[in-house]
Amino acid sequence: MMRRDIFQAIADPTRRAIITLVALQAMTPNAIAENFHTTRQSISKHLRILTECELVKQEQQGREIYYSLEIEKMKEIDKWIEQFRKIWETRFNQLDKVLSTIKKQKK
Amino acid sequence: MNNLLFDFIVDKATKTVSITREFDAELPLVWDAFTKKEILDQWWAPKPYASKTKVLDFKVGGRRFYAMVSPEGQERWVIQKYTSISPKTNFKFFNAFADENENPELPGSEWDHTFSEQNGTTKVSMVIYNESLERMEKQIEMGFKEGFTMTLNYLDELLKTLSKK
Repeated sequence: MMRRDIFQAIADPTRRAIITLVALQAMTPNAIAENFHTTRQSISKHLRILTECELVKQEQQGREIYYSLEIEKMKEIDKWIEQFRKIWETRFNQLDKVLSTIKKQKK
Repeated sequence: MNNLLFDFIVDKATKTVSITREFDAELPLVWDAFTKKEILDQWWAPKPYASKTKVLDFKVGGRRFYAMVSPEGQERWVIQKYTSISPKTNFKFFNAFADENENPELPGSEWDHTFSEQNGTTKVSMVIYNESLERMEKQIEMGFKEGFTMTLNYLDELLKTLSKK
């Protein structure tokens, strides 16, 4: 099977809503489905994708399965964005210096 | 140091990265800094990487073919093919990683740059659209690598500043 793409996982609005829900507390698939006007099957599919991406984890409690957020995995995304932002920050700080050098030469 | 605007927004839903930055220079100079290889190579690569532009033919259908060179001398080639140019206002290119013989590794990303000037300050707004999510992941890997080296670089700078006090 093709490896799941983490960005694809969070590109879907329903999946983002699920993430927001389970970030607050661990929930069963039924409890999650109650928040959406869609079929239980569709929610199960979204949960499967989120699980495959390791954005949520399952925990068996008695007869019920509870889904909760994998906070570390979410942090990974933030960390990447921060690194990417830093690349551009550095690049542009370098450009500031280059522009100021050229301006001085012109005078 | 300065209060020039810097916005960086990643929108995962639309697969776009939007970057806006102001520069304390007039528009024609900033435009040149983004479109002339002599200037581009001075700032494009975050240190300690170096940017080495082999070809830059700034016209629609033309391209910039350059390498990001690591301190160890490892080259990562990129092709940016110009798809639209409105002089001193906007230009777009299609960006793709490549081998040293200019064979692109598709898919790539679309970059859109808009320039405007007010009171001697030039604003550049960029939108980068990734057609493939896989490709965005590749940038993650590269980002981590470069980001890490850069963090070390920051530390060096910081230490220098602190030791002066």
